[in-house]
Amino acid sequence: MPRLRLRWRDVEPYVFISPFMIGLVVFIIGPTFASLVLSFMRFEFVRPPEFIGFDNYAEMFAGDPKVWISLWNTVYYMTGHIPLGMAMAFFVALMLNQKVWGQALFRTMYYLPSVTASVATAIVWSWVFNSRFGLLNNFLSLFGIPGPQWLADTRFAMPALIIISLWGMGSTIVIFLAALQGIPESLYESSSIDGAGRIRRLWHITIPMMTPAIFFVLIIQIVGSFQVFTNAFIITAGGPGDATLFFVLHLYNKAFVALRLGYASALAWLLFVIVLVFTITQVVAARRWVYYEGEVT
Amino acid sequence: MVPFLWMVRSSLMRPQDIFSVPAIIVPWPVHLENYPDFWNSLPFGRFFANTAIVTFTATIGLTLSSALVAFGFARFRFRGRGFLFLLVLATMMLPKHVTLLPTFLLFRSIGWIDTLLPLIVPSLFGSAFSVFLLRQFFLTLPLELDEAARIDGASSFRIFWQIAVPLSKPAIATVALFAFIGHWNEFLDPLIYLSSMENFTVALGLRFFVSQYSGTFWELMMAASTAAMLPIVIVFFFTQRTFIRGVALTGIKG
Repeated sequence: MPRLRLRWRDVEPYVFISPFMIGLVVFIIGPTFASLVLSFMRFEFVRPPEFIGFDNYAEMFAGDPKVWISLWNTVYYMTGHIPLGMAMAFFVALMLNQKVWGQALFRTMYYLPSVTASVATAIVWSWVFNSRFGLLNNFLSLFGIPGPQWLADTRFAMPALIIISLWGMGSTIVIFLAALQGIPESLYESSSIDGAGRIRRLWHITIPMMTPAIFFVLIIQIVGSFQVFTNAFIITAGGPGDATLFFVLHLYNKAFVALRLGYASALAWLLFVIVLVFTITQVVAARRWVYYEGEVT
Repeated sequence: MVPFLWMVRSSLMRPQDIFSVPAIIVPWPVHLENYPDFWNSLPFGRFFANTAIVTFTATIGLTLSSALVAFGFARFRFRGRGFLFLLVLATMMLPKHVTLLPTFLLFRSIGWIDTLLPLIVPSLFGSAFSVFLLRQFFLTLPLELDEAARIDGASSFRIFWQIAVPLSKPAIATVALFAFIGHWNEFLDPLIYLSSMENFTVALGLRFFVSQYSGTFWELMMAASTAAMLPIVIVFFFTQRTFIRGVALTGIKG
């Protein structure tokens, strides 16, 4: 029987979810398609927009070496930032999970840098790594080690940014800690009875039970690595040379310095596709190694 | 923590003492004059006021909308729910840079460039992450409470506002805090939308400050950085228990 009159209880759920759905259309779905259209246009403010087919994409792949430089830089950053950050966060979380005195205080201390991460911290870091006046090189000189030029040296600028990124691992620690505390004590007890040592328990209980958290963090970190902006913009501005030109920095330069919005949209779409491919690969690969207890919603 | 402490230390020193060898660890006597000095060098009062306006309105709007939407997904059965929720989650994978340029053009066409509105308005519709977090939390609340209230004649909105929200304070606090921190620290949006100094946020003002005094006046820069971080540190200090408990409670299992 088709009902013609809408009942309030049928409409109500949609009223509740409407704020997000309106925002979704206006600020996400609409702009996403608009961005796709823009990527096929020449849109440069100074002259009327013009449809140019695949020219932006052709330029991106064949005529703009900075695309490849920035992608390579991002991969370089990821290979340092992700394994180091995860390993350190895992180690710290394990330490904090011991019922040590002052656990809450340490947790706060480790978490604090990731909430303050912004222009202010970027400024502090650019000073720490300053080759002449910086804290780091002065500290090294105490041991007679001449510190490198860090941010002014193409070889050391990226390692410096990777070291800086490790400072923001607080959220990873909190996620790992929450996961650690979610592991049922009974698993450890029964394995102890079976005679498993610390290492075996770590390898056979802790790590498998942590895989959902590790997976979650991994995806966040990969997606985040492709979107590094503030630190690179403030601390190195992409330099020296293009040693720390991250992809989004390149996009920003094309859009708001060169004012080429069409081309920058094509870059944004490349970013989107790359992030999507990475994420899908991860999700597919995850079936092999992520262990979900019980059912998955 | 060392860079933090060094920053605070240096902000309390005279410039000639900062680089003295051997290094002075504890600045004594303290020189507070760096704070008024940096404060008066640019309209920092204005920057803080702007940032506060953006952060408060956006945080309140984002939290409220996200909670409504999350409640909708957690407590109703309706056509398209699964698909729409998947859509919400999918937007988390979309880099914001894809929508950045068209959104910029949209705000430009309605004359919102160089106003604070582009920094606030998109947040008023909630965020996918917050919706997800709150939905997970609402799902853990016993349905019996809703049913009891419904028998007593309460509307869904009343159940939301008087049962679900009060019971979800840790999760809501978490979401609000994430939003607060995110908006306070936001840099890219102010950078592209704001051009006149009277509209700058703290992050943007700080960057302008650095570009003016690059390589010099470290004591002022450290004082400015300390001041810019202070609100976040204070908020975090008072809320960290709720916050970390919230993260742990809402969990990460999807």
